[in-house]
Amino acid sequence: MMNIAEKEEALIDSFSIYDDWMDKYEYIIELGKDLPLISPDHKKDDNIIKGCQSTVWLHAEMKDGKVSFTADADAIIAKGIIAILIDVLSDEEPDTIVNAKLEFIKEIGLQQHLSPTRSNGLVAMVKQMKRYALALKMTA
Amino acid sequence: MALDLNHIRNQFPILSTKVGKYPLVYFDNGATSQKPRVVIDAINRYYEQENANIHRGVHHLSQVSTDNYEKARRTIQEHLNAPHEHEIIFTKGTTDGINLIAESFGKLLTDGDEILITEMEHHSNIVPWQMLVERKGLTLRYIPMTNLGELDFSQLETLINEKTRLIAITHISNALGTINPIEDIIKKGHAVGAKVLIDAAQSLQHMRVDVQQLDCDFLVFSGHKVFGPTGVGILYGKEKLLNEMPPYQGGGDMIKTVSMSGTTYNELPHKFEAGTPNIIGGIGLGVAIEWLSGFNFEDIQQHETDLLEYATDALSKIDGIKIYGEAENKSSVISFLIEGTHPYDIGTLLNQQGIAVRTGHHCTQPIMEFFDIPGTIRASFSFYNTKEEIDQFIKALEKAIQMLR
Repeated sequence: MMNIAEKEEALIDSFSIYDDWMDKYEYIIELGKDLPLISPDHKKDDNIIKGCQSTVWLHAEMKDGKVSFTADADAIIAKGIIAILIDVLSDEEPDTIVNAKLEFIKEIGLQQHLSPTRSNGLVAMVKQMKRYALALKMTA
Repeated sequence: MALDLNHIRNQFPILSTKVGKYPLVYFDNGATSQKPRVVIDAINRYYEQENANIHRGVHHLSQVSTDNYEKARRTIQEHLNAPHEHEIIFTKGTTDGINLIAESFGKLLTDGDEILITEMEHHSNIVPWQMLVERKGLTLRYIPMTNLGELDFSQLETLINEKTRLIAITHISNALGTINPIEDIIKKGHAVGAKVLIDAAQSLQHMRVDVQQLDCDFLVFSGHKVFGPTGVGILYGKEKLLNEMPPYQGGGDMIKTVSMSGTTYNELPHKFEAGTPNIIGGIGLGVAIEWLSGFNFEDIQQHETDLLEYATDALSKIDGIKIYGEAENKSSVISFLIEGTHPYDIGTLLNQQGIAVRTGHHCTQPIMEFFDIPGTIRASFSFYNTKEEIDQFIKALEKAIQMLR
């Protein structure tokens, strides 16, 4: 099992293979297509992340003291981005998620290469994941 | 005579820039147009050599500034063929112009009066009327739309009636490109005594608009969509009507005398221009309109029609495409969706390849509701665009689709 830092490092490595941002996007799209399906029960309006221009559903639950995330989106690039965040943050303890700096986003250059609306969406996704982690910690 | 596209494009510094490693293909002209060198130079010259407040000082620079600002007003008056220069009111833009009319002309309306707009208006020609109607207990009606994106006039006889006081209608739909038959609407409106406001935000960069020939009562547009600076626009209104209307905002320049017991208002156009205006915006817009006036509009329209047909033909060959807005009389705007893909994904991947298009609802949510779609991808052309750019756009689009499917 990798810790957050190792997972971030692995992602940075994966993205560094590609020079061209079209190829990096192709990779994000693949990650989006590979994201496991969310249970239909969790694809409800309450789970829609506010602040994303495309519709993104995010569900979180506790499993053995760790937070497990599942998600879906109507736009594939948004789905790829949430897949990346899930890859890093899922199956971690709530405190680890809340305190995660997620420096890899900057390192990859993700934020600069997203349009302003998409970039806001990324920020909204991270916020929502941390909020879920905090809420699950309180109720645990 | 055909347009000299190389010569035109060379006047726009931004058109030779790159996005990453790709040359910029700018197809978001419906949102804003790029600026020619003459406009950029005028802005620089103003701040380097002419900056002063207008209508106030006795000094040299104030005189120069005032002269240039008022010259801009005359240039715009001539371009629109307005009878009087004081019928040209400087505003912040189309939205500001419509709000001015809603607020000021709105004060003349009473209980039971009706305002008529259409289902294809931009939010800026919907929301000010909804706010007014709520404030004053008026009725707001909508001319419906057909599946082709044309206005449906089948119920016009009842929609335009003796209670109708104002018809506010877009000349060209920003989302669909539909060119509306405003001449007919103006005649029908006048027949029942209604006033007619034309939203020309999308039309002035494509065609010549003559307010006397149209006989419209109000016409509004934005400077930044006609090759001028942002933050400035024009409201044309008939003199008699503007004189009947109360001032919009209070402040400097709009007054004749102010005392503790009250104020008398200045004459047109100053009555509607409170405070220090966007001086450079006005001057820059004058320069842009003067530059645009130098072209033959038949040439512009011919070229834009060519671009529209060329792009429509090429797009129609793409598997799973649906074009929204298929009016017979259409401006150089194409809204579309690709089956199995999301407009934001297409827009993002086009952007990565240097192509600037707009994605989303284009501030026309009722149109999106009508077609039951979340938004579209919109390519909107200006007369500086070329068929080669459309080829690049199609190639980039095909690449995006292949990645997404």
